[in-house]
Amino acid sequence: MYTQSFSVPDSSDDAKSANLKAVPKQASAEEQALQAQFDARIDADGRIEPREWMPEAYRKTLVRQISQHAHSEIVGMLPEGNWISRAPSLKRKAILIAKVQDEGGHGLYLYSAAETLGTSRDQMLDALHTGKAKYSSIFNYPTLNWADVGVIGWLVDGAAIMNQIPLCRCSYGPYARAMVRVCKEESFHQRQGYEALLVMMQGTAEQKAMVQDAVNRWWWKCLAMFGPPDADSPNSAQGMRWGIKRISNDDLRQKFVDATVPQAKVLGVSLPDPDLQWNEVRQAHDYGQIDWDEFWSTVNGNGPCNKERLGARVKAWNDGAWVREAALAHSRKQQQRHMKEAA
Amino acid sequence: MSTPALKEWPLWEVFVRSKQGLEHKHCGSLHASDAQHALQMARDVYTRRQEGVSIWVVPSATISASEPNDKSEFFEPASDKVYRHPTFYEIPEEVGHM
Repeated sequence: MYTQSFSVPDSSDDAKSANLKAVPKQASAEEQALQAQFDARIDADGRIEPREWMPEAYRKTLVRQISQHAHSEIVGMLPEGNWISRAPSLKRKAILIAKVQDEGGHGLYLYSAAETLGTSRDQMLDALHTGKAKYSSIFNYPTLNWADVGVIGWLVDGAAIMNQIPLCRCSYGPYARAMVRVCKEESFHQRQGYEALLVMMQGTAEQKAMVQDAVNRWWWKCLAMFGPPDADSPNSAQGMRWGIKRISNDDLRQKFVDATVPQAKVLGVSLPDPDLQWNEVRQAHDYGQIDWDEFWSTVNGNGPCNKERLGARVKAWNDGAWVREAALAHSRKQQQRHMKEAA
Repeated sequence: MSTPALKEWPLWEVFVRSKQGLEHKHCGSLHASDAQHALQMARDVYTRRQEGVSIWVVPSATISASEPNDKSEFFEPASDKVYRHPTFYEIPEEVGHM
C-alpha cells in the first residue's frame, strides 16, 4: 500500500553523505566505462537487474527507498489491525483481515526486492526497530473510529496507488516487478474503503457525521503523503534521472486531488479546504497550503502515534523470537536426522 | 550438508504455475526455515487470490547464474547467426505459407 513518494534520509544518512561529499573519489577508467554503460541503459529506458554494475548512490537510494516502503507496509498493518476485533460485521471483518494480510504480503515482496541489492532482512528490520529507518508518516496518526478504516482505504490507499503506479516502471527490475504485484492488489483496498463509507453515508446523521469527521482529519495528511513540493525536493531530480521516480510530487498530488473531488461529491462529503476550487485555465483544481511543519515534525518522530507504532512493532518482533528460533531448530534437527539415516 | 548456525531463516526462490498447461514462473523470494515451511509461506505470500495451482521453492543459495557483466561475451556468439531464423530464407511467393 502505502509509500510516500519521497524518500527521506534515515537518521544516520546525513552524516555519512556529508563524509562522502568531503572526500570525492577519483573514478577509474573502468568505472567510467561502466557508468557510461549504465547511463546509456537508463537513457534508453532499459532496466537494471540485480548483480549488474550500478553506481553506489543508485544502490543506496534504492535500498533506502524500497526498505522505507517495506517498513511502511508493515507498520501500516497496525492502525487498521486495531479494528479487526471491532469491525461492525463478519463481512467487514473478513475484508479487513484480507486487507491487512495483503499489507504484510506487500512488505514481504518489497523486503525481498531490497535484499537483491545486497542488504539483509535482519539489517533492515534492525534499522526499523531501532528507529533509524523511516516509514510513511501517515501511520503515526490514530484511527479513532470505524469511519477512519473506510477513509484509510479510500484516501490513504488512493494516494498510495497514485504513487505506486509510476513505480511499476521503475528502472530497477525487482522493485518494478514487486510494484506490479502490489498495484494489482491495491485497487481492492481503495474500493472496499470507499464502499464501507457509502454504506455509512446511508445511515444515521451521527454515522454521516463520523465519515465527515474522519475525512476532515485525514485529508491534509493524505496530501502530505506525496512529499514536499518539487521546489523543496532536492533529491527528486536525481531520482527522475535514474528512472526511479517518474512523476513529480506536485504532479502526483494534483492528480490525486483531481481524482478525489468527484468521488467526495458522490459520497456526499466535503473536503476540508476553503481554497479548493476548479481552475478553468489550468483545467485542474487549486488547493490550499499544506502544513509542512506539522508533517516534518511527525516524520522526525513527534507525531501522535510514533512511539506507540514502533513499540507495537518491536514487541511483536520480540514476542515472535522464540517461534523463529524454534522453526530453525526444528529444521536443523530434521536435517541431522536425514544425515544419520543416510549414513 | 553442513548445518551452520543461522540467525535469519534461509532465502528461497519461489516459482508458481498459474494454471495447468503453463510453466512454473519465478515470482519472487521469501525466508523460511525449511522447504515445507517455504511452500506454506509461498502459498500465503504469492497465491492469496488463486494465482497458482503448483509451487516450487528452491534454496536461493543453490542457484547458479550467468555473470551479468560478461553478458556480451556469453551471449555474443548467437548474434551473428541470422541464418538460424526462418526470415533469413527467401521462398517464392507461389509456394505460399511455409
